[in-house]
Amino acid sequence: MNDSDIKDWDIAKKEIADIGNWKGMFEWVEEPHVSPDGEKIAAVVKTGDMEFGVCENGTPWESVFDKVWYLRFSPDGRLTALVSDAGEWTVAVDGQTWESRFEFVWNTKFSRDGSGIAVAAQNGRQYFAAVNDSPWEQTFSDMSNLTLSPDGKSSAASVQTVAFGESDIFKFQEGCYSAALDGKAWDMNFVNVWEMSFSPDHQHLAAEVRLNLYDYTVAVDGIPWEQKFSSVWKPEFSPQDGSVTAPARIGGGWTLVRNGTPLWNSRFVQLWHHRYSPDGKKIAAVVSPHFGRWTVAIDGTAWTHNFGDLVTDLVFSPDGNRIACVGKDDGKWTVSVDGQPWTGGFDMIWRPVFSPDGRRVAAKAEKNGRYTVVIDGQPLKEEFRAVWDPVFSPDGEKILICGIEGSGEKYFRQVMRLADI
Amino acid sequence: MTESALKAESRKISDEGLDKGVEKLTPAKIEQVINSVLANETGARLKVYADTCVHCGLCSEACHFFLSNDRDPSFSPAGKVKQTLWEILKNKGSVSPAFIRRAAEVASTECNLCRRCAMYCPFGIDIAYLMLVIRRICHKLGVMPQYIQTTAHSHSATLNQMWVKEDEWIDSLMWQEDEAREEIPTLRIPLEKEGADIFYSVIGPEPKFRAQLIYQAAVIMNAAGLNWTMPATPGWDNSDMCMYTGDNEMMGRLKKAHFETAMRLKVKRIVMGECGHAFRSIYDMGNRWLSWKMPPIPVTHAIEFYHELLREGKIKIAKKYDKAVTLHDPCNIVRGKGLHEMSRYVVNQTCENLIEMHPNREHNFCCSAGGGVINCGPPFRNKRVEGNKVKAEQLFVAKTKGAKVVIAPCHNCHGGLEDIIHHYGLNMELKFLGDIIYECMEKK
Repeated sequence: MNDSDIKDWDIAKKEIADIGNWKGMFEWVEEPHVSPDGEKIAAVVKTGDMEFGVCENGTPWESVFDKVWYLRFSPDGRLTALVSDAGEWTVAVDGQTWESRFEFVWNTKFSRDGSGIAVAAQNGRQYFAAVNDSPWEQTFSDMSNLTLSPDGKSSAASVQTVAFGESDIFKFQEGCYSAALDGKAWDMNFVNVWEMSFSPDHQHLAAEVRLNLYDYTVAVDGIPWEQKFSSVWKPEFSPQDGSVTAPARIGGGWTLVRNGTPLWNSRFVQLWHHRYSPDGKKIAAVVSPHFGRWTVAIDGTAWTHNFGDLVTDLVFSPDGNRIACVGKDDGKWTVSVDGQPWTGGFDMIWRPVFSPDGRRVAAKAEKNGRYTVVIDGQPLKEEFRAVWDPVFSPDGEKILICGIEGSGEKYFRQVMRLADI
Repeated sequence: MTESALKAESRKISDEGLDKGVEKLTPAKIEQVINSVLANETGARLKVYADTCVHCGLCSEACHFFLSNDRDPSFSPAGKVKQTLWEILKNKGSVSPAFIRRAAEVASTECNLCRRCAMYCPFGIDIAYLMLVIRRICHKLGVMPQYIQTTAHSHSATLNQMWVKEDEWIDSLMWQEDEAREEIPTLRIPLEKEGADIFYSVIGPEPKFRAQLIYQAAVIMNAAGLNWTMPATPGWDNSDMCMYTGDNEMMGRLKKAHFETAMRLKVKRIVMGECGHAFRSIYDMGNRWLSWKMPPIPVTHAIEFYHELLREGKIKIAKKYDKAVTLHDPCNIVRGKGLHEMSRYVVNQTCENLIEMHPNREHNFCCSAGGGVINCGPPFRNKRVEGNKVKAEQLFVAKTKGAKVVIAPCHNCHGGLEDIIHHYGLNMELKFLGDIIYECMEKK
């Protein structure tokens, strides 16, 4: 959900539900999930002997199931779960199950706007994806790395295309895997196919592949680059020109390559999770400039400040001018914005969120078993038993905080004026 | 042909991975690969080790293969280096396909990489490292025992050791949850619980063959009242046979998936089950290949975890285990992290009578399964088991003192000791620490 999709920016504080009451209604209540606009809170609940359901804002779904798991809100605020009834699995959306039934279903993926819901599924030991209740026509003897295009119109996965005995090592090394786009496998087989990305128009697919036990490269629409590397990581498409970039290991060091050719002059001990700015003009990546040190590099130039434990959750601001990431040093977590880490460490911190104008940054954080939201390095005075990712208003003046307060179990949705904090 | 070479030839074992692998080799290819590995992937460490050894033979007394094979020098640690690396260095990589076949067999099936010999070397030369360099060369030449290569393929295709498909993993966890609810109706194995304190990680054989260990771990977590989770995605498996085949690139890929799963779940630490080699991979080799000097998310081995739970009173023992036990010290967590006193604390808290084997703690004898040797499969089983007569003798002495049960807090050690107990007719029970704790604890 975009911040602009949240309608209710004027109510200062609103109690949505008291989870404590739910515990009197059900045998148990599992960990709650909150909708992107904060208006709904839901949890898997045990409704009876071998019987489970979902409770949303205090109201149980009408249907109950043998099992319910992976309860998640889609970006457009629909509540999804993977459910089993009489041994058959399917997807439930806002309490209504898909018509399709499967022997097993897992790995729910959402499109950016939530209109697309995809899952991995298995029937009769054959594997496939299903998107919005439409299963692929073709099935495979194994499948992994399910990927949904950002617009939800296409799905892809690594698939096994050639049968082999597990002990037949030479057959395996001939290449028994490929990528399937909307159920149709590429013509060429590979020894391995791992993570993949869609082009912005969802017409093209790029994947990291292994050609034999030693040579790695990127295949775009089934055609591998001519250049081979001793390893690669997940490729990405440029939003600007459709070219494909990927981290590649060359001569013991890592750099970023474009269409097989080095793009960055710099070499790193490690380089992964590269991201394009929204306009496609900049590329940032998590890098290790020296053994055991981690930071962010933008267009090949690393920040001066680095962390000893890890860097993760790299994000661009909407205008592409700023970058934030999560970093960890000596066991303490924090956020670094444009290379400047927030002072004071936390026991855990979540992916940072930019305001629409990029001026403000906030993140959910945990310290001493209590949760809060940190805004530009300053924790809120309020502490919570649980809190969810904050959302800035479109004008950047307000922030939505969703949390379960203090000693009770009341869930509140609260809009705060940043000027008042 | 020297006497050692004749002996080595006489014990040649047929293996498809080795036999067919060498058929594709040419002298030029061998020389090119060896010199590429030596020039680009080794440095001062290898040179110092190679140049410092004075051939004193003190390492021999450390090796169970040497001691169990009538002190045959070809099984001594220095003898293994002589048959492999020294010849390679002396000939500047110009060696025959037959030499490579033998080198692969020595490095992969006659050395457990247990690092006991490094403690007996006056200079502390780490011969396990030298054997890993040989394995790396053999990997690059495509000469690797079939069974362990199959396992490496599984790692690459599924990111786990046992060809466990994505749905099979989740289904196994749900099955164990159902089973456990027969005993503890409120028990959960929480899947994909973001923000949990603990990610409980296991190795591939657990969902495949030893699912009761997941059940037991869930009961322990439940009794201790911990906030924990298990992932429903690849990355759940902490094991790593690619570390032992010399496929370092895949080793890195496996560890990346494992630690990034922990990061995605926002857990504070990974608690791993009773495995030794996986600990080596996530605490030392795999993480460092990726440039994580230490594990980016702290890793707590099961021994440390049980020690913590008992010391802090988070789990209570209802009645101590009354059969006399002996304790095996797994190499990778004893010489690798010095957990031997913690394991004894756990045993003494849970068992009435611990009968020590000698030598023990960091001087323990390896199980002869570790280092990927058991993963080289049935062709090499007899050599592996007969190459550890000294362990059988240790166990036998403990048995004569009254030990009825062997505790081995490591999966590969379990496999190795099970074979030894059977082969030598020792008739002893074999258990994990988790088995003992589950049997003796107060359950809620």
